[in-house]
This record gives sequence, structure tokens and C-alpha cells, in this order.
Amino acid sequence: MVRYITSKFLYMLVSLLILITATFFLMKAIPGNPFMSEKQVPPQIRERLMEQYGLDKPVIVQYGQYLKNIAQGDFGISMKMQNKEVTGLITDTFGASLKLGLVAIVVSLVVGVLLGLLAALYHRRLIDNVAMVLAVLGIAVPSFVVASMLQFVFAQKAGIFNVMGFNGPLDYVLPVAALAAQPIAFIARLTRSSMLEVLHADYIKTARAKGLNWMTILFRHVVRNGILPVITYLGPMTANIITGSVVIEQIFGIGGLGKVFVSSISNRDYTLIMGVTIFYGVILMLARFLTDIAYVFVDPRIKLTNRKEG
Amino acid sequence: MSVKNELIPQASAANLTPEDFRQIGVDEKQSEVIQRESLSAWRDSWERLRSNKLAMAGLIVMALVVIMAFIGPMISKFDYQTNDLMNTNKPPNSVHWFGTDDLGRDMFVRTWMGARISLVVGLAAALIDVMIGVIYGGIMGYFGGRVDEIMNKFAEILYSIPYLLVTILLLVVFEPSLGTIILALTITGWINMSWIVRGEIMQLKNREYVLASRSMGAGSGRLLFRHLLPNAMGPIIVTLTLSVPNAIFSEAFLSYLGLGVQEPVASLGSMISSSLSGWMLYPWRMLFPALLISLTMLAFNIFGDGLRDALDPKLKK
Repeated sequence: MVRYITSKFLYMLVSLLILITATFFLMKAIPGNPFMSEKQVPPQIRERLMEQYGLDKPVIVQYGQYLKNIAQGDFGISMKMQNKEVTGLITDTFGASLKLGLVAIVVSLVVGVLLGLLAALYHRRLIDNVAMVLAVLGIAVPSFVVASMLQFVFAQKAGIFNVMGFNGPLDYVLPVAALAAQPIAFIARLTRSSMLEVLHADYIKTARAKGLNWMTILFRHVVRNGILPVITYLGPMTANIITGSVVIEQIFGIGGLGKVFVSSISNRDYTLIMGVTIFYGVILMLARFLTDIAYVFVDPRIKLTNRKEG
Repeated sequence: MSVKNELIPQASAANLTPEDFRQIGVDEKQSEVIQRESLSAWRDSWERLRSNKLAMAGLIVMALVVIMAFIGPMISKFDYQTNDLMNTNKPPNSVHWFGTDDLGRDMFVRTWMGARISLVVGLAAALIDVMIGVIYGGIMGYFGGRVDEIMNKFAEILYSIPYLLVTILLLVVFEPSLGTIILALTITGWINMSWIVRGEIMQLKNREYVLASRSMGAGSGRLLFRHLLPNAMGPIIVTLTLSVPNAIFSEAFLSYLGLGVQEPVASLGSMISSSLSGWMLYPWRMLFPALLISLTMLAFNIFGDGLRDALDPKLKK
């Protein structure tokens, strides 16, 4: 168990180091430097700028400095927004994204599992068919299309919600719905197939034969076992919601980290791109690491197979 | 056999005669006769696929989209990049069947050109994934042991780096073009495929027919490419079908960030993202590409699911 967790943790660190290294050298590979475009600047000032950003030193020294700074949580200064620290920009805007993302994750889990469970319980009946059609649609329609449609129907035409902005609790509804559509579809399908399997398992028959109350069977045995595959999806789901929020924030005018990321890409603000990429990388890798650990705790069978391999 | 079956329902204790107990014997020639045409594994799978109406609908839609992406731009008199500033943002009409965009370009032609680009990106990325994945996974699975361990660790490390972030980084650095987009999408896309191939090969390599072939002097290359990989084809094809829509989706997302194919060339994703700013005023500019991308994704997903059921009936739930 400890060995398993340590090895997963080491993997995460190595991957992170590779991502950081890749960002650094890719950004170095861009021809020219960030101050090339400022033509009116006299050479002395340009040199002064280069010195300030450490760009006059050899690449290896810059890399070492970069690693050291990142370890201290310092991603440097934005190249396009004067006097703004990348770390500050991230911490200022991440709050909104985090709130939105967490709500979307909770909604996806609750609705997805419920939908999948209902579909499994009413297998091949109306509910099942409707749920599966919804699930297929959720997978097929890109989230930014879902977002625009929701915005059009519920905000523009019906006027129930605000078209833009992120202030009251009502402003959560549309972005969360758009973000959660795809994860809900995935979770519903996963839950349905695993619940179907569990429902036909011998131990459920045994439990019924013992005369256990159906509700007890459902929550003690069926749901607990059927929910396992959903846990493996937690990591990818976080990734899905984070990338989704990049687009959704833009559409609904939410001042989150996703919006910063989009504008940093279109402005080619390299330090900001690097910082946000590494920040996202850390979150995604942590999510995957926690998923791996959670899975071992919930399903002891995993340990055995891993010991056999390693 | 059939005689016995006919007799049983009629037989009751009252009307049994000694005649009924005569020995019929077995006609050995009869038992050797093949009753119906023998089916190869592929034919068998095809029959199973054909009886799955949903999967066939998916296949038909896929075929239609591919055909229209090919001939669609030709049957209209417009081309995809000529601006017509007198006719911007026109709703669908008899001249411009899908309307026009903000530069007066014909949306019908652009939509099918976009579908063409999206399909090319999706198919090319998926095919490259398959090629790398099959070779890498084949080697991992076939040789096992130390080789497998090291190669697998490498794949695992690469896999845990978030895929879209690497893609975005690459496209920020190397200017987006069709080639770099496909390359960026495949940089970590092949890993999943290699794991699937690895798993299959590991299972297959202990089969008797492999031993038989090896005992007759077949080398590793022959074993891998003539015996193991053809038998692992089912899961490979299924993964291929399901990774095409993923690549199309990723390209659409990249387009949204401005890292997709660049103007005047369009993909379905880039058309949707460029329509987003004014789409409440000109809904058709989003409607047609969005419908088409959803339909394509739907068709590929449904067909892929059906294909999985057809190729590996054991998996069916």
C-alpha cells in the first residue's frame, strides 16, 4: 500500500518535472525574445530589460533559476500586462474557476449516478432509453455548443437567467449545466453498465433471499459496488471540467482562470501561458494521483493485481 | 435426431409397439455434412454488426458525412474563401443554402469544407496513433519483462502529463497548421492504443498456435505481424473508431483557443468558435457546423460501440 502510493507519487513528480522542463524549453525555442517587438526602445533599455528578466544568462542558468522560482511559487511577471505577477493573476482568478468547477463536479456526480442508477433499475424501459439518448447526446455535443444553446434559450429568449456575469447563485445554473453535460453523460453510462452487472450478481440474489429490505439492498450493496468505476473517472472528469471551463468562462463572461488562459494565448503572453499551464498541470496530476489512491481504498482488489505486476 | 424428436410427443405408454424400439443407427456420412456455409470470424462479426440497427444507422451517417465532405463543396457554385461583402450574414436562402458568414462566404461550402478538414484531422490523428501504438504496444506485450517494464514506465509518465496542455504548448510555439495540429494531437494520443495492444498481445502470446508457429521456426517479426497482431485487430479497430471523434473534439477545442486551422481554411470547430460572438443575431452560422459536428460525433460513437459488441460479443452487457 505504502509502496503503491509512493510509486504513484514519484511518477507524478517526474511527470511534473517533464512538463515544467517542456514548457521552459518550448518557450525558449520561440525565435526572438519578448522585447523584439518594442522597436522604439533604445538598446540600453532593451539590455536593461533583458537583464531584469535574466534573459542575458546561459539557458542552463535560466532553467535552474526557473525551477527554483517555481518551487517557491513564483512564476515571474506577465510580459504583456505591466507589473502584474503571474502568481498573483492566478490566485486572483482561480477562486471563481474553483467554485464553478467544484459545483460542476458535484452536480455531475449526483445527476450522473442517479441517472445511471435509474436507467439500470428500469433496464430497457422508457427511463432507460431516455437516459441513454441523453447520455449519447451529452457525449456528442461539444460543451461550447451546449453553452451557447442554453444561453440563447434560457437567458436570451426566456430571460430566466442573466446572459453574462457571475454574481448571484442563479448565475451558476447555466455555466454549470454546460460544464456538467458531458461528465453527466459519461458517468450515467458508466454507472448504468456497472449497476446492471451488480444487479445480476449472486450476492444481490442472496441478499434478497435473506429477505432484506429492497432499499437496504440498493444502498448497501448495489450502489456501493456499482459506483466503483465512477471513481476511476474522477481524474479524467477533473481534466474535462477544467478544459471545459476555459471555454465556458469566456462564453458566460466569468472572470476566472480559464479566461486569463485564453487571453494569454491570444496575446502570446509567454510567462503567463507557462504559469497557467504548470498550474493546471499540478491540479490535473494531483486529481489523478488522488483518484489512484481513492481507488485502492475503495476496492482492495486493486492492491493484489498491482503487487503481482510490480 | 429428427426422427426421435418427432416421435416423443406422440409416444404414450398405450400405443408403443416393439417397432418403436428398433435400432436406427447413426449415418456417419450424414453427420459429416456441413449444414450451412461456414463463416469466418470477420463474416460472423459483420453479420452481428448488420443486425444492430443503431450501429448501421451510425455507419450510414458516417458514410454520408464523408461523401458530402468530399462532393459538398463541388455541387455549389461558390468556393469557400471568396468574400462577398455585399452579402454578409445572410440567412439561408435559395442562393446560399446555409446562408453566409460575416465576410459573405457561402456557409454551405464552408460547412462541408470544414467537415472535410475536421475528418482529415480526426482520421489522420487516429491513424498515426494506431501506427505508433501498435508498434510500441506490440513490442511491450511481445517481449515483456524488462523491456516492457521500462517502456511501460515511460508511457505512464508521458500519459500523466495532461494531454491538452502539451498540445496547446506545442501549438503556441509552432504555428498552427494542419500538420502541426495533427502532430500535436498525436503526441500523447498513441499511449492508450499502445496499452490496448499490449494487453491483447500478452494474452495471445501464450496460445497454442503461437507455440506451434514458433516450434516451426517462425521469428519474432513473423509471430508478431502474422499471428499476434491480426488476432488483436478487433480491439484496435474499435479504439481507432472511438478515437476519431476525440481528435475532432480536441481540434474544435483548439480552434476555440485560436490554435486550430487558420483562416481562410475552416474546420467545423473554428466555424463554431468564430460564430460565437454574434450567434444570437445570426444563429445559422453556428447551427449548421454545430449540427454537423454533433452528428458526426454521434455517428462515430454509436458505430464504435456497435463495432465493439460485434467484434467481441463477450463484452456485451
